[in-house]
Amino acid sequence: MTEPVIEVVDVVKWLGKGAAQVQALKGVSLALRGGELTLLMGPSGSGKTTLLSILGCMLTPTHGTVRMRGRSTEGAGPEALAKLRREHVGFVFQSYHLFPTLTATDNVRLALDVRGENSARAVGKASDALAIVGLAHKRDAFPLELSGGEQQRVAIARAIVGQPSAVLADEPTAALDGENGNAIMALLAEIAKDSSRGVLVVAHDARILRFADRVVHIEDGCIVGDRRGDAALENDQTDCAVPS
Amino acid sequence: MSLIYRLASRNLLHDRLRFVATVVGIVFSILLVTVQLGLYLGFGRIVTTMIDHASADLWIMPPGTKCFEDPSTLDERTRFQALSINGVAQAAPVVIGYAEWRIAAGGTFPVFIVGSDLREGGLLPWNLVEGSLEALAIPGAVAVDRSYFDRLGVEGIGANAEIRGQKVEVRAVTSGIRSFTTTPYVFTTLDRARAFTGTAANKATYFLVRVAPGADVESVRHRLKANLSDVDVLTAAEFRDRSRSFWLFGTGAGFALFAGALLGMIVGTVIVAQTLYSSTKDHINEFATLRAIGSSGIYIHKVIICQALISAVIGFCLAAGIGLLVVAATADTALPIVMTPTLTLVLLFLTLVMCVVSAVAAILQVMRIDPVMVFTR
Repeated sequence: MTEPVIEVVDVVKWLGKGAAQVQALKGVSLALRGGELTLLMGPSGSGKTTLLSILGCMLTPTHGTVRMRGRSTEGAGPEALAKLRREHVGFVFQSYHLFPTLTATDNVRLALDVRGENSARAVGKASDALAIVGLAHKRDAFPLELSGGEQQRVAIARAIVGQPSAVLADEPTAALDGENGNAIMALLAEIAKDSSRGVLVVAHDARILRFADRVVHIEDGCIVGDRRGDAALENDQTDCAVPS
Repeated sequence: MSLIYRLASRNLLHDRLRFVATVVGIVFSILLVTVQLGLYLGFGRIVTTMIDHASADLWIMPPGTKCFEDPSTLDERTRFQALSINGVAQAAPVVIGYAEWRIAAGGTFPVFIVGSDLREGGLLPWNLVEGSLEALAIPGAVAVDRSYFDRLGVEGIGANAEIRGQKVEVRAVTSGIRSFTTTPYVFTTLDRARAFTGTAANKATYFLVRVAPGADVESVRHRLKANLSDVDVLTAAEFRDRSRSFWLFGTGAGFALFAGALLGMIVGTVIVAQTLYSSTKDHINEFATLRAIGSSGIYIHKVIICQALISAVIGFCLAAGIGLLVVAATADTALPIVMTPTLTLVLLFLTLVMCVVSAVAAILQVMRIDPVMVFTR
């Protein structure tokens, strides 16, 4: 088994303050490995997005350890975490979050531009990434000129153009119809075939299970199931006590 | 090329009406500053126009004289004392003072008399467009500027009037010798100036010293100060500074002009700050996305500052263009607005500073962005 690209160990996360404080994660451990597409599933409020945010170095855990390519992120400030994100993580969002005033190429280039890569090579890399997602012919189109599925493809191109260690996708098919959703999942599955890169997809929709190499279930801040391949684990283990 | 400029310009142009409002705000702000500082420069120049056109290395004047228009007098003996000092080649007397110009058709108007000896020079009219200096030797002859014809009730050479009960005739006409007050200058001979201003025959307002060829001005001044009592001896540059200082700061006019300029800067800063702040709020999702995909804080700050600089450059160019029209329109007025290359650079610098300072509020706002918000929007 390959080295985890991102790993969280015994992560606890409290959100909010005072009386409104809630424990979003209750001691979660998860290792995201290269070469596999992991589905993170669970009901609303189960902690999926919080876990995704911690895996993606957008949030820091209250307790526990996050390792990016084997290196702990402990003590990293906002700028150091941003550096980790731009070097190791590609994000795909439910509502795409493309820049409406930039072309598809420029939207993809942005992920390189924030790294300081702004030469002609960066334009070439952006074009290559668009070709990978099947949008070479739409490189000069603005987001509003693209369909939802095409916009999500541009977002995926943006996520992969920097050759990240992990691609984290937050419900990437939620805003798409079934056909486009399947196409996006097929694309993400294809991207996950690269053994140097892990892909984690947060999802609700059970119809996309077939694209997953691994399915992780989270409920009430605890991982309650972790299955690989076609065989579901017989004993879905839990990291912590789930309230009945 | 980095996408920073593209992002910034498109963020700005995304809401064109707001962008136009911002640019108009900057234009008016910078125009106000231009006018105030241009007036300051113009005022500074016009209050020393007589000093600038006098042929003098040193000015001997009554002690404490604040400006050229200060009509205290010196005794003629001082002139002879000055002429006896080594290095002094000439000490030309000049008499100035206010008088009343009585128009032939009726009515009076105050004028400022400037009298010099025609042979010795000193402070004779320049920019003559009609008549001649020699014609001032004719009894009753005066020179006036053509811009004051209407006020003085004259139509050119040969026109008559009265000053202090004595008949005068316009024998020379100048162009562009304007007073920053509403009082026209009237040039005439030394004796006539004394008569028009009621100055005694042995008195003069200034003695304009020309040093002998090869003599050191500073050494001559030192000797003049040592040998003359109850006088100030100033170089032309010092007298210029003293006059400017009096008119600009002694009267409060300079402070008023600077206050106006400062007000323009404040108004401009507020307008640009408000625009950048609201533009940043409108694009907060995009800035959060940038942060989420790993952009540094500095990258985002650059986008906002770039927006500010684009606004600044466009606003400045328009303001400078309109400013040049204003300068041209006031060129022949009593108080022209002056634009110099240095002032242009200062204005550009002020515009850039103003716009960058305006970006602070927007930058503070994006510093609070939590990248996690991209999951909830």
